[in-house]
Formats: sequence, structure tokens, C-alpha cells
Amino acid sequence: MNISMLLDMAADAFGERTAVVCGGRSLTYAEVRQKAQRAAVKLRESGVEYLALLDVNGPVLPVAIFAAGYAGIPYVPLNYRLTREEINALLDRVTPALLVVGDDFRAQVDKRDDLLMISSDEFINAPAAAFEDEFVDPESVAVQLFTSGTTGKPKAALLRHENLVSYIVGTVEFGAAAEEDAVLVTVPPYHIAGISAVLSSTYACRRMVQLENFEAGAWLKAAQDEMVSNAFVVPTMLGRIIELMENSRETVELPSLKAIAYGGGKMPRATIERAMQLMPQVDFTNAYGLTETSSTVAVLTPDDHRLAMASDEEAVRKRIASVGRPTGAVEIEIRDEQGQVVAAHQPGMIFVRGGQVSGEYKEQGSTLSDDGWFCTKDLGYLDDEGYLFLEGREDDVIVRGGENISPGEIEDVLLTHPAVADVACVAVPDEQWGEGVAAAVVLEPGVQVSVEELQALVRERLRSSRVPQMIEFRDELPYNELGKVLRRIIRQDFAAQLEAA
Amino acid sequence: MATVALKAGARFKSAVCDTQVMVIKAPAGDYALECGGTLMIAPNEEGSAELNPELAAGTQMGKRYVDPDEKFELLCTKPGKGSLVLDGTPLDVKQAKQLPSSD
Repeated sequence: MNISMLLDMAADAFGERTAVVCGGRSLTYAEVRQKAQRAAVKLRESGVEYLALLDVNGPVLPVAIFAAGYAGIPYVPLNYRLTREEINALLDRVTPALLVVGDDFRAQVDKRDDLLMISSDEFINAPAAAFEDEFVDPESVAVQLFTSGTTGKPKAALLRHENLVSYIVGTVEFGAAAEEDAVLVTVPPYHIAGISAVLSSTYACRRMVQLENFEAGAWLKAAQDEMVSNAFVVPTMLGRIIELMENSRETVELPSLKAIAYGGGKMPRATIERAMQLMPQVDFTNAYGLTETSSTVAVLTPDDHRLAMASDEEAVRKRIASVGRPTGAVEIEIRDEQGQVVAAHQPGMIFVRGGQVSGEYKEQGSTLSDDGWFCTKDLGYLDDEGYLFLEGREDDVIVRGGENISPGEIEDVLLTHPAVADVACVAVPDEQWGEGVAAAVVLEPGVQVSVEELQALVRERLRSSRVPQMIEFRDELPYNELGKVLRRIIRQDFAAQLEAA
Repeated sequence: MATVALKAGARFKSAVCDTQVMVIKAPAGDYALECGGTLMIAPNEEGSAELNPELAAGTQMGKRYVDPDEKFELLCTKPGKGSLVLDGTPLDVKQAKQLPSSD
């Protein structure tokens, strides 16, 4: 099996259907296949070992992903928001390569002998060439993604053909999209959700509407103009969309929109509640997944959302903050520090197993256990009915005097204070306890609150060990472009201040 | 009769029509997988047999084919004229699951 099989099926069955629309340009599934096969011939002839991409969303995406699949070499989309130095350091790790580069990014790349460069336009318009199907080992690498590196040097996660095909076939029905359906894609190409958007849409035979960059106004306009039926957003995007809808003088109509899936970070409860009220006709799905698991492993379904909102039972209401239950394609377990599976409601480390789970890095090799389990390094628990609740990353846990403290529980308490708009808790070095709790707090505009008042709130709701020993007020917290708070940077700031003092 | 292991991800093609399948799941062991009355072959082999008109209900693109116990599941990656039979048991189209779109 090979990811290009997904495109072959779509092009055989729905060749005339539009595959991708971006700006004024569009390609049918038959055109994507023809262009991908021609590009694959070029890749084979050039003898490169990787196909790298440095560009924003565009029709080049599906062409490049599947061209690499046909040619049997890894596809490596790079983050165009990185610095020149970072981009070139990543390129050093994937040569010899053909780099498909957008015109705006060409100047970012240092010339070198083992790197061929081609513009995105030239790549998708490769000259006619006779393509012959060659056997590609299903165990070969289809996609290599550099993880965002919020905790250090980017790691190269490897996704093999068998992982990705297993994910798609396990979670999507072939040709499930109706003729008029369209999905609005705003996640960048170098994110796992950008990869799975292309593969899922292709297998569902759904039209992809791409935006080069996310902006709420452009999102709403595209949703209306292209009669979009589905969309995937990260929580910050949904927040901006509903803010714009609420502040718009006229009611924003989205008559075609049927479903919004979200993931990639913690969704504030207020945001999803407002979104459901503003768009009652829309099915919301929360998807939890990681790069190393080929995307989604658990979903909170539209029915789960509605039940949680309508229920009087606290246990059911609470599920709006969960990431739902495992998809049929994977198993999920919670284990304690001794590696024992724990009972419902007991927190621990989240483990995942299934054909889509790669758990593999280029430098480290496979991190799967002998029986196939992957340690996500995410903490959480399952409730009585198997709904999964996330409690943050293991790396973010604060270890104070041997006690493990999840920053999330303190943040949740601080956010209940009306003056607090945003907050991140991190570990700071402490002579007595090893580590202590520090909080960076953003206040609502024009409101004041004392450090003592916030400390008292935490002491009252949790216990004294959770009380932040340092609280600092800031104008904003550092986020990456997908709305993930950069705790490492906050941690470094606090540590630097302590050292200076 | 020649039998083959049905490893998840393995692909086979019909010796008598255009049908191609990929194994989604199958218990370990060797099986006789037929299409249109003749054993299926590897994707790179050439078939030359005739379609048995009694086993010509056809296969549909993208459909999953299962045995009555759903221990076996094959995905049709190219449709054709033959019918799928595994160790003498006809395989039928599996009812599509309603899956929430998460991408």
C-alpha cells in the first residue's frame, strides 16, 4: 500500500470532481494525479532522496504529497515561519533533496550542491512524461515532519505509508463526500493536520478550499463564496471567527456549513459554547491526535457535544471539556508511573496503539514498546464511559518537593477570576523544593488585581503547594502560530529573572 | 489449491477482471482468495483465466468486503466484474460506518 493509492482511487472514481481550489486556481482529481505522476518521473530521474516543500497552502500541496508517494521518497514540508538559519539547518537534515519553494521564500534558502530548487508553479507544471507504477514498500517513509520544537531542537517524526493509509482507511469512508461538499483548510502544510486534510479529503473525494493564511474575515468570506460544508480549525481560529461574527453589524449567514472539527490545543469552554449557540446547525467534532499518531486518535462527536450541553448531569456536562473516545482505529490506555493500567478517573500517562501509530523519529528510531504501544507524553484520565480528559504535557509538570503538579489545574482556577484573561503556569527553580510554581498572568483590559488575591484564590480552591510563589503580569503570553502557548519561553524568562536577582 | 497469507496492507488483483483489493484485516493463516472463480494474484503478475459467469456479481470501488463473521475485511481499490470468495465463503459489502469527519 502507498498513499498514492488513495489518489488513484479518487481519480478513477471521481476524476472530474474538483480536488483543490485556492485563490482563482483549481485542479480536478484527474489533474492532480496527472501532475503528481509527471512530477514523480522528475523526482525519480533526479535521484534525490527527499521532496521538501517551503511554501504556503496551494494546489502544489496535494501534487507534492502524492508525487513523493509515487516516487517512493519522503515528503518533508517545512515551516516557512522559521528564521533563515532554522530553515537551512532543517534542510541540512534532508539532503539530497528537491526543494519546491514558493517565490516569497526563495531568498531564505542557501544554495548548496545537494539541493535542487524548483518553484511551486514549475513543479506542478512538469512536462508530460510517461509514468510507470513501481512497487513502493509500504514500510517506507511517506512523510517526515519536524515537530514544532516547543521543548528544544525539532525532532524528525517519520510516518510510513502503512501508518497513513491505516489512519485514512480506518477513519474515512471512500467517496463519502457529496458532490457539492467542500472543506476549508487553513492549517499550514507543515502541520500533521495539513497532511491529514489532503489525505482525508482525497479519499472522501471532497473539494478542498485552501487559504494561504488564516484570517477570520477571509475564512468567513471563503466559507460563503465557496459554499463550504466542512472545516478544521485550531481553538484560537474558532475564537477569532466567533468574535468577528458577534461583532459584525449584520448577521453572518453560513448556510452551507455543516461541520466544524477542531483540535491542536485546549479549547476554552466559553469559546465552544458560544460557537454552538452562534451556529446551531453546525456539527462540532473535537479531534485529539499527535504527529506521531498520524493525526486523530480520539473524537468528541457532534452528539457528544449536544448531550453535554443539554445534560443536567455534571459527569455528562463535563465531557464538553474532554477529547471524546478512541476512534475505532486505535486503543487508548492510561498508565501510572509503574506502567500499570489505572482505573477510570485515575490520572496517568496516555498510551496509544494501532496501525496508524508510528511513534518513530529519524534520529531516535522507534519508541514503540514491543507490543506496539506509544507513550504520548500527554497526561490525562478516562471517565466511566471511556471519555478522555487531557491534563497537559509531561514536560510541563511541575515537580515540587516530589509532588507532581499539573499547571493546567492551577490555570483553570486562576481563569475563574474575572480579572484574569489568560494565564500560564510553569516551573521555576527553588532551593528548598527543587521546583516551585510561577504564573504569567494577562489581565482583562482596565482591571486590576493583586498578587495576594490570586494566591489566596488558589490556596482556597486547591492547596498551599499549588500556590504560585511568583506571579507576573504581562501584556500577552507567547504563542506559536497555531495557538500553542510557548511554556518553554515563559519558563526561561522566569529562570533568567531569578538568576539576575 | 494454492493459498496465501493475508497480511494487512497486502494487495491482490483478479486474474479474470479489473478487480484489485487491499487487506484491511485477516486472522493469521493461509487462505484461498478468489475473484470471479479464480485465485487472485499479486499486483505485478499477469492473469489469463476466464471469468466464471456464476461468480460475476462485480466489485465496487472503495467498498469494504467482509465474511459473515467480519473476521476478514478487504477494501476494493479497483472495481471489476468478478465476485470475491474466501475459502469458499462469498464476501459481501460491509455497511458503511458513519464516521465524524475530523480533518
